[in-house]
Amino acid sequence: MAIITVQRPKLAWHEKAFISTLFKGLKITLSHALRTFLQIAGKKPKVTMEYPEQKWDDQLPDYYRGAPALVTDEHERERCVSCQLCEFICPPKAITITPGEIPSDDPWAKVEKRPKEFEIDMIRCIYCGMCEEVCPEQAIFLRKDYAITGLSRKEMVHDKKRLYEIGGQRVGLVNKWNELK
Amino acid sequence: MPAPEAAPAPAAPPPADLVNVQIDGVWLKFPKGTRMIEACKQAKKEVPHYCYHPKLSSPGNCRMCLVEMGMPPRPAPGQEPEKDEHGMPKIGWMPRPVIACANTVAEGMGIRTESTLTQEVRKGVMEFLLINHPLDCPICDQAGECRLQEFSVEHGKGESRFREEKVKKPKNVDIGPRVRLDDERCIMCSRCIRFTAEIADAPVLGFTERGSYTTLAVHPGKRLEHNYSLNTVDICPVGALTSNDFRFQQRVWFLTETNSICQGCGRGCNMETHARGDTIYRQTPRENNDVNSNWMCDRGRLDFHFVNSEFRLTDPMVKNQGKHEVTSWKKAIQAVANAAVGVKGEEIAIIASARMTNEELFFVKQLAKILGTENVDVIPRLGEGDNYLSAADKNPNSNGAKLILGSEPGSKLAGITELMSRGRLRVVLALGENLLKCGFERRDLEKIPSLVTLHILANASAELSQIVLPGNAYAEKRGSMINVTGRLQRMDRAVNAPGNARDTWEILRDLVVACGGSNGLHSIEDVFSRLAAEVPAFQGLSFAKIGDLGVPVLETDEKIPLLEREKERKAKGIIVG
Repeated sequence: MAIITVQRPKLAWHEKAFISTLFKGLKITLSHALRTFLQIAGKKPKVTMEYPEQKWDDQLPDYYRGAPALVTDEHERERCVSCQLCEFICPPKAITITPGEIPSDDPWAKVEKRPKEFEIDMIRCIYCGMCEEVCPEQAIFLRKDYAITGLSRKEMVHDKKRLYEIGGQRVGLVNKWNELK
Repeated sequence: MPAPEAAPAPAAPPPADLVNVQIDGVWLKFPKGTRMIEACKQAKKEVPHYCYHPKLSSPGNCRMCLVEMGMPPRPAPGQEPEKDEHGMPKIGWMPRPVIACANTVAEGMGIRTESTLTQEVRKGVMEFLLINHPLDCPICDQAGECRLQEFSVEHGKGESRFREEKVKKPKNVDIGPRVRLDDERCIMCSRCIRFTAEIADAPVLGFTERGSYTTLAVHPGKRLEHNYSLNTVDICPVGALTSNDFRFQQRVWFLTETNSICQGCGRGCNMETHARGDTIYRQTPRENNDVNSNWMCDRGRLDFHFVNSEFRLTDPMVKNQGKHEVTSWKKAIQAVANAAVGVKGEEIAIIASARMTNEELFFVKQLAKILGTENVDVIPRLGEGDNYLSAADKNPNSNGAKLILGSEPGSKLAGITELMSRGRLRVVLALGENLLKCGFERRDLEKIPSLVTLHILANASAELSQIVLPGNAYAEKRGSMINVTGRLQRMDRAVNAPGNARDTWEILRDLVVACGGSNGLHSIEDVFSRLAAEVPAFQGLSFAKIGDLGVPVLETDEKIPLLEREKERKAKGIIVG
């Protein structure tokens, strides 16, 4: 192994006394101060928004992954048949489904099955979108809601009612259970 | 121990009639008469099939087990047969496939389970089977254990070429109290029809219509309601027959199976308990050709809902001024010891249960010895057996109780009842039995100063008791039992006991220790080893040696009617067995 002797840099007297470095630092600080001053004076465009008064929602891309939610079809039928694949695939185990049978007097009795209860624990949810990807019935979608807050853990668990509120109606998707079947 | 007498050398078995069969290029030997499908299975080449079931006749109607087959061609007079590189006669392959389920192997036969021809025919059969099959897997309970799903992935095309309308058939048909039929999902394998006709002797199912309109139906005016109807759900390869009890309760891929023993009667049918978390969802039979073949009765398999019941006892309780108060285990056990120690043996009775495991009964015996009482018995439960599996003895461990307690079940009950009615008993331990349901009178039980109940459910006699100890149910414990045919079998823990309920054997051990005994037994394996040392029938056995299928330990002349008939059919070559 060859040994390479590294020469220490030769410093000038002002560098040794930190005088030039002091001015370098001051230059950075002052340039930031100047930029902020120009922004306040309205001479330069702003790069921050004042959340929550200002929001970027209408610029969210289509593929944005916000809160998962359940959707109904054009007949107001709940698309979910509680196959529990999302519960199975969910990496943080945020989804809990209680399956139930559709009573025979229901107009959609031929679908036979729907969730009795559907809960997503939004403290656990990691917004990965696996549930949407795995769903064979196109019933669960990640919406653009991202500000999911609550005052208690219980409030952070979205039940079936809340999930349909967030999800709303999605039309024009593959519909296995229409009149033609 | 006297040296075992030199047994006369058994006569050498006649050389089995073996034939040479080539399976996927490998020459193997099989006994003559082996079905091709079984030979392939033994060679670790599983042939996909739907209609074939080893315990049923083989109609060969699903065509899924088609394989390429060949035989050595018959040589012309004087011609030497051609030999392959193994020195075996060269196989002349047939241009068309044969079904592997109903044909038997022959000398020099060749089977190809992975050739192009075999793969092509499987693909074709799968396509036909899927033509009218609905795509409702997200709803279907069979999804996850569906042979159609599995073989469609393994052997199917992955895409449907069928552009026409699928045939509509009845869905959600009520054919019996416990079974639901979905005709669109049916692939006409006829396993259920053969089961009801051949095994359950209640031929109520059959096909109507023809061709692609073939529909499974119950005969007019009949219903699928015999006590073995749920076996059709097990053998249905698709979701056409589903259990009303399990319907839409849980997806099968969430369930964990635990080996267990049915507690419904003395037969001790081997079964699997399917649970998710601490909830049991269903029980299915587990194959054991010495006990229950592949079947079990509906009554036994549905008898698990009490384990998930809201009436489960979850905390030890001691009565204080007429009211039960939750207490700690230590205090409850001590309360029992305080009540029992110092009382004369004749004034104590222990009424145990033949639903307890051998290990628990071992501690019952120890407890009786320490308390110096002779008044120990279990409650006999005689009912009606049937001509299939169900035994007349409705207790799962009567033989164990007889062997360990050393007396005929129920022989001392009359004496105990007599003592109780005369008010001679000061301490009664009711272990695993609801005394009011077992012929004891409320006014007699009220006379007992210290009535202790160890049970899993809150019931009227627990209400009367001074001390209540919550034990665990059969699915929550490990242990062994002896069935009516004298077979020692083992059960494993499927779920955890609720709340502060503890293992029954641990409670009993603690009672023994609190009453002055000491044993140093800390695991169920240790308990069984001690039992094996004390009971001659268990000599040389350990908890692990019992195995999943059990071992025979007692000689009884009890015959299993269903198995006898199966043996007969096997001898006639109707079934593979």
